[in-house]
Amino acid sequence: MSVPKQADPPPEEEPELTRWRGTATDPEADRSRAEDTSPEAVARLRRLSRSLLGDLLRGHWRRLAAAVALLLAQNAAAMAGPYLVMIGIDRAIPPLRAGDPGLLITVAGAFAVASVTEYAARRGFLTLSARIGQAVLLDLRRQVFGHFLRLSVGFHERYTSGRMVSRLTSDLDSIAELVDGGIDSLVLAGLSILSVAAILLWLDPPLAAVTLFAFPFLFSLSRWFARSSASAYRRTRDAVALVIVHFVESMRGIRAVQAFRREPRNQRIFVALGDDYRRTSLHAFRLIATYSPAIKLIGNVTVAVVLCYGGWRVLGGQTEIGVLAAFLLYLRRFFEPMQELSQFYNSLQSATAALEKLAGVLDERPAVAEPTRPAQLPTGPDRGELVFRAVSFGYRADTPILCRLELTVPAGQTVALIGPTGAGKSTIAKLVARFHDPDTGTVQLDGVDLRDVRDADLRRAVVLVTQENHLFSGTVAENIRFGRPGADDAAVQAAARAIGAHDFIAALPDGYATQVHRRGGRLSAGQRQLVAFARAFLADPTVLILDEATSSLDVPTERLVQRALGTILRDRTALVIAHRLSTVETADRVLVLDGGAVVEDGPPAVLAQADGRYAALHRQWRESLI
Amino acid sequence: MPVESDGDPAAAGTRPAHNLWRLRPYLRPYAAEFAWLLVAGLAGTAAGIAVPLIVQRVVDGPVARHEPAGLLQLGGLALLLGVAEAVLIFIRRWVQSSSAVGMEAALRADVYAHLQRLPTSFHDRWQSGQLLSRITSDLSVIRRFLSFGVFFLVLNLTTYVVVVVLLINLHPALGVLVAASAVPLLLISRRFGRHYHAASRRMQDQQGDVATLVEETAQGLRTMKAYGRGPELAARFAGAARRLHDTGVDKGRLLANTSALLDLVPNVTLGVVLAAGATAAAQGALTIGELVAFVSLQLMLIWPVQSLGWIIANGQEAATAADRIQEVLDTPPEIVDAPGAVDLPRDAVHGRLRFEGVAFSYPGATTAVLREIDLSIEPGETLALVGATGCGKSTLLSLVPRLHEVTAGRITLDGHDLRELRLSSLRRLVGVAFEEPTLFSMSVRENLTLGRPDADDDEVRAALALAQADFAYDLPWGLATRVGEQGLSLSGGQRQRLALARAVLGRPAVLVLDDPLSALDVHTEALVEAALRRVLRDSTALLVVHRPSTIALADRVALLEDGRITATGRHSDLLATVPAYRALLAAEPPAAHPPPAGAGGPSTSPSDGRGLVRS
Repeated sequence: MSVPKQADPPPEEEPELTRWRGTATDPEADRSRAEDTSPEAVARLRRLSRSLLGDLLRGHWRRLAAAVALLLAQNAAAMAGPYLVMIGIDRAIPPLRAGDPGLLITVAGAFAVASVTEYAARRGFLTLSARIGQAVLLDLRRQVFGHFLRLSVGFHERYTSGRMVSRLTSDLDSIAELVDGGIDSLVLAGLSILSVAAILLWLDPPLAAVTLFAFPFLFSLSRWFARSSASAYRRTRDAVALVIVHFVESMRGIRAVQAFRREPRNQRIFVALGDDYRRTSLHAFRLIATYSPAIKLIGNVTVAVVLCYGGWRVLGGQTEIGVLAAFLLYLRRFFEPMQELSQFYNSLQSATAALEKLAGVLDERPAVAEPTRPAQLPTGPDRGELVFRAVSFGYRADTPILCRLELTVPAGQTVALIGPTGAGKSTIAKLVARFHDPDTGTVQLDGVDLRDVRDADLRRAVVLVTQENHLFSGTVAENIRFGRPGADDAAVQAAARAIGAHDFIAALPDGYATQVHRRGGRLSAGQRQLVAFARAFLADPTVLILDEATSSLDVPTERLVQRALGTILRDRTALVIAHRLSTVETADRVLVLDGGAVVEDGPPAVLAQADGRYAALHRQWRESLI
Repeated sequence: MPVESDGDPAAAGTRPAHNLWRLRPYLRPYAAEFAWLLVAGLAGTAAGIAVPLIVQRVVDGPVARHEPAGLLQLGGLALLLGVAEAVLIFIRRWVQSSSAVGMEAALRADVYAHLQRLPTSFHDRWQSGQLLSRITSDLSVIRRFLSFGVFFLVLNLTTYVVVVVLLINLHPALGVLVAASAVPLLLISRRFGRHYHAASRRMQDQQGDVATLVEETAQGLRTMKAYGRGPELAARFAGAARRLHDTGVDKGRLLANTSALLDLVPNVTLGVVLAAGATAAAQGALTIGELVAFVSLQLMLIWPVQSLGWIIANGQEAATAADRIQEVLDTPPEIVDAPGAVDLPRDAVHGRLRFEGVAFSYPGATTAVLREIDLSIEPGETLALVGATGCGKSTLLSLVPRLHEVTAGRITLDGHDLRELRLSSLRRLVGVAFEEPTLFSMSVRENLTLGRPDADDDEVRAALALAQADFAYDLPWGLATRVGEQGLSLSGGQRQRLALARAVLGRPAVLVLDDPLSALDVHTEALVEAALRRVLRDSTALLVVHRPSTIALADRVALLEDGRITATGRHSDLLATVPAYRALLAAEPPAAHPPPAGAGGPSTSPSDGRGLVRS
């Protein structure tokens, strides 16, 4: 799509319906790193997806072996049919004419046994293969989801949630389709083709040799299909991801869409994206629309040739009519599965393309990784000392945000960070919460580099509350308990009370048990912030970071929260990014940041008296109060 | 977790394919193609059926009579038929693929259009994961069925009937026997269809749940990271995935049982035919060639019967998928243009906004959020709405662009009931900025002009200047820069300024701003405030504010308490006369609270909360 290869300026002439997306600052924005279009990357991805498939199937080898055994039994039983027909016609009719039904009864009995065996084996196999397939899907789903959770915030900001959704729904659907639709047919068809070929050779080698002429054609045709459909399906995966991203975002922002009459334009964009998806799908479908009849053609020609040659051989007495009949029946069993095979080959190609996408995600290494040799955070009183040592960091290589920042926050101190947009306030917050790792230098908590702290330990010690307070579906209580999963109801309520959220929660239709995403459970931005605070309160961290966390509260509520914070923050370290000087004034220390550097540092009262930026702001603010 | 569906599953159960049938208009554009499809399909099948008959002639004719010439002739005919069959299949599939994806795309576009029309109350209830699974998984199930399933159903049934007729022709008794085998097939398929219907609906709903979980996890990713709750969410996901797995296994078992049974029936029939046919041949009632042809023809029935299981499964899935899609399409958009709704040109609008006895409650909720709201805002006037967190301020604002519809009373603009205006006209006149600035993954320019792609550069520049959002020009590609998902690569203040620029773009007659300055830092707040003051001069404006400093922007203030307006007037008057108002906005806490225990330290200690106390 409109992804520039490098940091080139966007092309002048872009089609109207792609320009809206704008130019991503990261050229990799649309893909996982493994998904490049170069041949080496494609080959690598294919390798990755194969080994992923291998890993997924490894745990099921016993069941797989059983499935293959059942399949062989089914296949053998199915193959016996035409052979029994042959015997029935060639051998059983003459004695029958003579009044001896013995052989016919034997043949019929054998036929019954074969049918029942086929039934049992097929039923067993299909059940088993559904089990294996579903288990693989479950495993894959969980693996990919878990991996997405491990990947860093930086990755997600680049990859976007819509694409993550697309991977975990549409791509997995496409693999599920293969699982539902018939790995069995794939294997069965392959097996019956092989066994039919063997039987044919055994029945009448010269006739079989004629049949085998078809093979080179079948082979090269399949090769062509494999190549072209692989790239076609890869394109459909990308196209559907864009449809999903657009859909998810416009549904999520539906209020803005409607308020600003975006619907017609959204519709045009959606239709254009849908059309792109339609075109890529159509291309893929047309490949199979060519491949499948071509296979049929080869089969039909072979049948006609066998009919003539076989008939001629019967004429010449080189073979019997029964053999010819069986031969023709077997040929049907040979090319019919070929048809199915082409169908499932198609699903396979589609699933493979999806699996490659997932393998690309799984290949992505978390930029913020768990330590291989984790260090323990010291315990005891007076914990929470934060040290930035020569920290440099930028979201992109060419625009550093922090440059060799040195900062020490003693345990228990409340520090307010202020400064203009882009000064690096939120960046400092994110580094302490280890959403990112510094490019150089270290961030230390109680003398331990954050890179050496296990995620679970870090999260117990450090909590970041932002203005973006996500509530997960579930009850209000569950959302507060998110801060400390083991907490009992009393602790949850105590946290809500402490923060001043109890009253409004109690007034909700079902109180603490109100579902936040259901009717009547819609919370205002301010209420969500209160829930988020209660959550942070319950989490009881050593270091608390508040990034514009009180912006949507009314004054009394904010005051309540601040009073609660006064208690909470007393014995812990806090970084507060606030836009209101009322909040800033409650801090022990103010850091004024500009361009990634600390330009003023001191207690608010002292800075207010000095002749610096803080003093100027302070004056301004005092004047704005009535 | 699953969103309660508004559809009536019982009704759907009694008429399983009803909703599927309702989708037929999407097939109409392809009616001609479908006719061709059927012709090509039937002709192809006929060609396929003819081949065994030729085999019979070969065996009984040239081979039996030793005539090599006839053999070649018939062989040539078989070749011709074979080629014809392949070509016909090619034509059929080629046509089929374009109509299939075309229909899917059209249906998807219509569902999307409908979703865009549905009011926000619908979207509050339905999570996008459930909607997403409808436009992806469900649609492709329907596509597969309408393009392939239905077709094969028709084709296979025809094949079955034709072959059975031919068989009866060859040997009446045996033919009737084969025809009778349809009875158990029918019984098996009926039972299967019933069970599978329920399972496939369950599966689709569970797919929606999984999509919802994924979606909300993706959205709440930072919160999840901040608390390190990955394991809990993973466990939650694993639960949903496990349920999906269990249903999948159930479905697999159902399909395995049925499909094996469906296989057994023709096999048993074949065995019987073979025994009886051999006996008949022995008695001379049947030639050997006829027997071979009979058996070959009968083998042609295996595939149609075998595929029956898959087709029924596919059909059931399509039926339940259609139910799910119709649930959405059947939800009427409650907020639509009234008949005879008028356009109000911008120039003709003065901007007198009146709330007359307005009440509002969310659908399904028992208590009203807003009651007896009477408010009047004069042209050019700015009214600030003040109230405690969660008292309904944002809800009140959302009534103006009709994102929600009043449940009682009315809102008028220059005397026109808002419901008498065309929605597009109303929403053009009203500029909105929400408490949470929603930015989409697209260029800054596109984010600003959302519904007004015709806005020119000057308008955009003016709006950006007004909102102090000139930083947009300094982004790497200027206004063409894609702001990340939800504008996450921008700070809260930057996003809010872009949202403000969006609201003022094109100088709307009425501005509705929900806490427009909350996320601005102290540096930009003063600048934006000054700029806002200029805009507010010539628009009627309704603001939600939390801070005393922002109230200075307003000419008048209304206090919203418990869903009612309890006081209106000038800020200073209310401050003097209304205690509740004073409690909300006075910088001084209403009652003297002792400083938090243990704040300790000298009296200058800044963390004791007294730093807040201002007079």
